[in-house]
Amino acid sequence: MKFTINGRSYEAEADIRTSVLDLLREHVGLTGSKKGCDHGQCGACTVLINGRRVNSCLTLAVMHQDDEITTIEGLGTPDDLHPLQAAFVAHDGYQCGYCTPGQICSAVGMLDEAKKGWPSHVSADLEHSDLSDAEISERMSGNICRCAAYPNIVDAIREVAGRAPAGRDVAGADA
Amino acid sequence: MTEQMMDAPYRPHGLTNGEQGVLGQPLPRIEGAAKVTGQATYAYEGTPAGIAYAGIVGAPRGSGTIERIDASAAEALPGVIAVIHGDPRMPAGEANSRAMPSFASDTVFHYGQPVAIVVAENQAVAREAAALVVVEMTPGQDRFDPRAEPIDTAPKIGFLPPIAKGDLDAALAEAAVVFDQTYTTPIHFPAAMEPHASTAWWEDDKLIVRSSNQVIGAARGTIAQALGIDKDKVRVLAPYVGGGFGGKTGVGPEVILAAIAAEKIGRPVKVALPRRQTAYLVHHRSDTVQHIKIGCDENGIISAFAHLSVAAQHDDGEFLEPVPFGTLPLYRGAVRHFKTDLVRVDLPATGAVRAPGEAVGTFAVECAMDELAEQLGLDPIELRKRNEPDTDPLSGKPFSTRRMIDCYDDGATRFGWNPQPPASVREGEWLIGTGMAAALRGNFTVNAEAIVRLEADGRAIVETDMTDIGTGTYTILAQTVAEMLGLPIADVEVRIGDTDLPPSAGSGGSFGAGSACSAAVLACEDILTELARRINASPDELRLKDGCVRVAGRETALADLVRGEPIVARAKSGPGAESKRTSQASHGAQFCEVAVNAVTGEVRVRRMIGVYDVGRVLNRKTAANQLIGGMVWGIAYALSEDGIVDTRTGHFVNPDFGEYHVAVNADVPQIEVHFIEEVDTSANPAGAKGVGELGISGAGAAVANAIYNATGVRVRDFPVTLDKLLAGLPPV
Repeated sequence: MKFTINGRSYEAEADIRTSVLDLLREHVGLTGSKKGCDHGQCGACTVLINGRRVNSCLTLAVMHQDDEITTIEGLGTPDDLHPLQAAFVAHDGYQCGYCTPGQICSAVGMLDEAKKGWPSHVSADLEHSDLSDAEISERMSGNICRCAAYPNIVDAIREVAGRAPAGRDVAGADA
Repeated sequence: MTEQMMDAPYRPHGLTNGEQGVLGQPLPRIEGAAKVTGQATYAYEGTPAGIAYAGIVGAPRGSGTIERIDASAAEALPGVIAVIHGDPRMPAGEANSRAMPSFASDTVFHYGQPVAIVVAENQAVAREAAALVVVEMTPGQDRFDPRAEPIDTAPKIGFLPPIAKGDLDAALAEAAVVFDQTYTTPIHFPAAMEPHASTAWWEDDKLIVRSSNQVIGAARGTIAQALGIDKDKVRVLAPYVGGGFGGKTGVGPEVILAAIAAEKIGRPVKVALPRRQTAYLVHHRSDTVQHIKIGCDENGIISAFAHLSVAAQHDDGEFLEPVPFGTLPLYRGAVRHFKTDLVRVDLPATGAVRAPGEAVGTFAVECAMDELAEQLGLDPIELRKRNEPDTDPLSGKPFSTRRMIDCYDDGATRFGWNPQPPASVREGEWLIGTGMAAALRGNFTVNAEAIVRLEADGRAIVETDMTDIGTGTYTILAQTVAEMLGLPIADVEVRIGDTDLPPSAGSGGSFGAGSACSAAVLACEDILTELARRINASPDELRLKDGCVRVAGRETALADLVRGEPIVARAKSGPGAESKRTSQASHGAQFCEVAVNAVTGEVRVRRMIGVYDVGRVLNRKTAANQLIGGMVWGIAYALSEDGIVDTRTGHFVNPDFGEYHVAVNADVPQIEVHFIEEVDTSANPAGAKGVGELGISGAGAAVANAIYNATGVRVRDFPVTLDKLLAGLPPV
């Protein structure tokens, strides 16, 4: 099978049942994408496929030979961090680091979704998403962080999104 | 090697007079760039050539005897290298630090207990082959419901003996006010994001294991004992650990199984537990039943306090949840009864999960104090203040430091504490309430060693077999050495996560940071002594900053003093007479505001503030983050985490993230953490007390108390799910 990952071409001989996640981790040596649950519940394996965020454990590699796959390794390097990577470091948007590549890939995809005007479950106005803290939280809720650095993750994403800090998640505020 | 046990209070000159100003600063993690770019490698990564993949076959019943294992279908599958069972070294369970693994036997203690291991060329084949192994069993006792089994009131396991000081019945009979309630808490999974994983290979007769483990020094000995080899023949590597929360303090069966498989096939083998298997092969926190009895006078001054509980364990386990551990020194009362009884069950092992004791004990005690305050017509903070002890109410020992009152006062001010009567504040269909709770976690100091090298170029290296499970170990060790030696943090290299390095405490019981940093402090003191000797000064005269040492106006670069050969110092820190003389704990106060939907019973935590006394704060950013993590654990433990047993089979109904609900981002409000900082010179040379477990202590009770205040419904059976609230909610 042939793949385009982070702009590079890879060839791999893999069991037909191999997920994109296992392709990355076990066949092409890109172990930045993490396996937390292997069935789409935790988000640690999130990568970008053609720019959209995907749980890479839930999709088979064989289906993505013509797609552009971007992993955490393709976003930035320690010497040249992506703005979200830098913001996660600055705001301590992690502890153990295991969910972090998935959080960051997810945040990249999420900010693009918001930019395109896709509403979130908590958007007050379905036509005009304002990317409030509550929206960032809701849009990032597919990525579990058991260390629970959630407030810092929101801080990091809010900074990159260029939003001012705001009161967040006030249930009943609309009542 | 310098050895300094805590036989007297100790305050290192190098920290007191440190001029670098780096310790305690909210610096970003030094390994941060590796983590955010995917370069940090965990146990299942960094795979050696020729790797084979293993899968674990679990027992298909929760109790009974194995009659037959038929591996023929699995062995016939293309890509299968071996199916291994019946090796006498194979562990039937987790080998934690107190209990050695029990070896292959026909007896099944719990559902999913490992009975065979398959080794294959890839993961898909390993998974398929594991499913093809047939295991036949005859049924056993099937004790799957902890509430239905007999209670052993004199258990011989656990580290906290029963305490019965004074006549409880008499004291309660004499008390003007008596409080008596029972609380229950559910099974709690540690559920670290990185599943337990190990990669094992043999180099001649030496075993190398990359393992996701919190305490690698102890793991090394346990692995050696399980395999019947010398400790020197085992090396454990854990440069990055994807969360632990107590679940990785011991040696999981996957470690030993990977080593046996690697030996058998002569190739490196790796195994990662599938998420659902982690529920069976990793210990969980027992469910508990907790009976609280308090006797006090009309003013709320407590005369008698009892915290009597029941927790579960299987026949092979030696751990017993020390439920009242945090209650022991919390409040006044001359009569004190603390005890945890045992129910033996055929369920997976129970063990230490984040703040064993306090995490569940505070649910009951801190809700009870809230209830008692209402019964007395007192503000809950006032009731707690009236019962703040001057000395440890059990042992009579002086507290090393205890800033509980300051935590209450500072927290109340920051939060705007002004509680209203229950069910009296409403915003549309949302009922609003506030609650608070005390937090306490006992402090431990553990033996730890470190080597510090001052290199010829003036940079320093610190080495110890500590782990960083997300706690910030890399960064705080760098900050400690940088402060002591007067170096920019970038000039300190930290080497941890390798048992070839000096033995340390590991990460557990919140003792890692204080213990490991203290060893580093002591090693640095020896280096300072040597530097002072080289410039004919006393160590106390040295002023160090940015790689230069100043004495009496004369400044010298450290590199010029090292003169080619590195200055190397090794030191050991540990508990001593002062540790026994004083009562030590971290303290805090938790404040929470919730909104409860009057129609659906849905609970939203709107804000949370914690104020904590943790001794010296080594890094304000990583310490605050850990405390936030603990508070979020409290939120989820109060509202949703609930491991449910199918009492027909002994399996878990909800062993994964889809059904067992840990907190997600949208469950968590902005959380504030503040510190009341007082260096604890009795605790350890670093003056730091435990952080990682304090945040969960009391956090769930603060949530539950806020829910009561919002709704007037008191739920004593955790988690507080909406079905338990609905019937009692006021009319819409």
